[in-house]
Amino acid sequence: MFWLKRNLPRLVIAPSFGVLAWFVYGFILWTIYISFTKSKLLPQYKFWGIDQYFRLWSMDRWHVAVENLFIFTILFLILCIFIGIVLAILLDQKIRAEGFLRTIYLYPMALSFIVTGTAWKWILNPTLGIEKFARDIGFETFTFDWLTTPGMSIYTIVIAGVWQSSGFIMAIFLAGLRSVDDEIIKAAKIDGANLVSIYTKIILPMMRPVFMSAIVILVHLAIKSYDLVIALTAGGPGISSDMPAVFMTQMAFHRSEIGLASASAIMMFLTVSAIVVPYLYSELKREDERK
Amino acid sequence: MRENNFQSIEIKSKKKKTFYRWVLFLILGIFALYYITPLYVMIVTSFKSMEEIRQGNLLYLPQTLNFESWKVAWHGQGFSAGDVYLKTYFWNSVKLVVPAVIISTLLGAINGYALTKWRFKGDSWIFLLFLFGTFIPYQAILLPMSRTLGAMGISNSIGGLILVHVVYGLCFTTLFCRNYYISISDEIVKAARIDGAGFFKIFFKIMLPISTPILVVTVIWQFTMIWNDFLFGATFTFGEEAPVQVALNNMVLTSTSVKRYNVDMAAAIIAGFPTLIVYILAGKYFIRGLTAGSVKG
Repeated sequence: MFWLKRNLPRLVIAPSFGVLAWFVYGFILWTIYISFTKSKLLPQYKFWGIDQYFRLWSMDRWHVAVENLFIFTILFLILCIFIGIVLAILLDQKIRAEGFLRTIYLYPMALSFIVTGTAWKWILNPTLGIEKFARDIGFETFTFDWLTTPGMSIYTIVIAGVWQSSGFIMAIFLAGLRSVDDEIIKAAKIDGANLVSIYTKIILPMMRPVFMSAIVILVHLAIKSYDLVIALTAGGPGISSDMPAVFMTQMAFHRSEIGLASASAIMMFLTVSAIVVPYLYSELKREDERK
Repeated sequence: MRENNFQSIEIKSKKKKTFYRWVLFLILGIFALYYITPLYVMIVTSFKSMEEIRQGNLLYLPQTLNFESWKVAWHGQGFSAGDVYLKTYFWNSVKLVVPAVIISTLLGAINGYALTKWRFKGDSWIFLLFLFGTFIPYQAILLPMSRTLGAMGISNSIGGLILVHVVYGLCFTTLFCRNYYISISDEIVKAARIDGAGFFKIFFKIMLPISTPILVVTVIWQFTMIWNDFLFGATFTFGEEAPVQVALNNMVLTSTSVKRYNVDMAAAIIAGFPTLIVYILAGKYFIRGLTAGSVKG
């Protein structure tokens, strides 16, 4: 009875911990192992070495996917952070309709990437969408067919992705701005600093942790992006807007290449880890210092 | 809230001040248009006939309120083979989201409580494993998960999807609750323990009643994540068992002879409606969840 009482917290955590160990970490280990085998339709457990990784990196399609991920991540990151900061700073100027505007800026975040993709697919429709609107108001030669142009369709994913996620970056920067101490600004004011330099030289540098969080969240979202690609371009035209997450599901569930699919999944996992592990380390260190 | 001390430095005359204010509102207004236009386009398109869509452009208001495409999006066109609609799948999502949200939230609350108020050796490591679990790309677990669901005999079922969402939602719910409970004074728990209250009594009588804010945040977060999920739904279910986002995607992709953009838009609004309503009614908690899920530790 005493033993039970003493160990109750552990017993309560145990099922969840077991689930975590099996379904998260155990599964990742399984995927790592399968990436070292010849598995095609069904898993084979005979060790084969790192050949799947060589195969992966010699595939043109994988290179397209990685290149697209790179383009998408860079643009997504820059645009979301830029828009997020501008909106946060402007909203921080004692705006009367702040609550209302914030609601409008953030609602896309409540919509799924499938809904977002469906809406933007219609808006960017090469014949009836924006193109037609622009021609109707007088720009008769206006053409906007990125959605169906190989090499450009990846940018439509950026447009829709930024629309969906930038409001969220605004929200975390606004929360950051609201926690800045008044005294610092008052002191800068006395020193004669103007509004622009107060923000660029004093406040934004203080937001380093917010920048860090925003970058980690956005990069992590970008690497995982799957739904939006499927809904908007389905990786097309052809494979021109393929991304690693789409590549992985294609290989795993349509091409019966689970060894190769596992290798691509592990590449994604390693990329996310390379960004998240240092971030979590620094966050937890900060927390320890606060104690 | 911080008082605004900028106006006095920024603005030298009243005229200049008004000018700055106008520029400010103009920029904010342009951004508001950017965010709101797609929703406007979705709504007006859903009420137009295909004829109107082809002739007008996407910003025009519909001539009459045509509910036909809403009916088709919800019920289908009535023929048996190859008809696509949302009704069945919308209810699949409801049947999925309710149990998955309740189970994952309760487990998360009790985990968070055990990890903060009953510290034991190794608890911070367990927390770290949960925390890292919120970041993993799900591609790294898709294949073994689909095999496990098969082995358990629950592949292509709502029950199977509930399991998947509880398992991977657990990392988020535990993280949220842990971060909340750690800010609550240990003294309350200590006092209750001296009075002889046990683990569960303290949880149900003391902790749960003060947990409303974090429970609301967690429920909203989980609801949004599960309702909006596509990857798990598309990977682990097909046909009649699919959740609403998968059905929406199938509707849009379906290659019938004519594209029906009005039906697509009505379907997209229906699929997005529940989360949108939650956001409008409880936006404050929604944002708090987003920030709690991101600014960790």
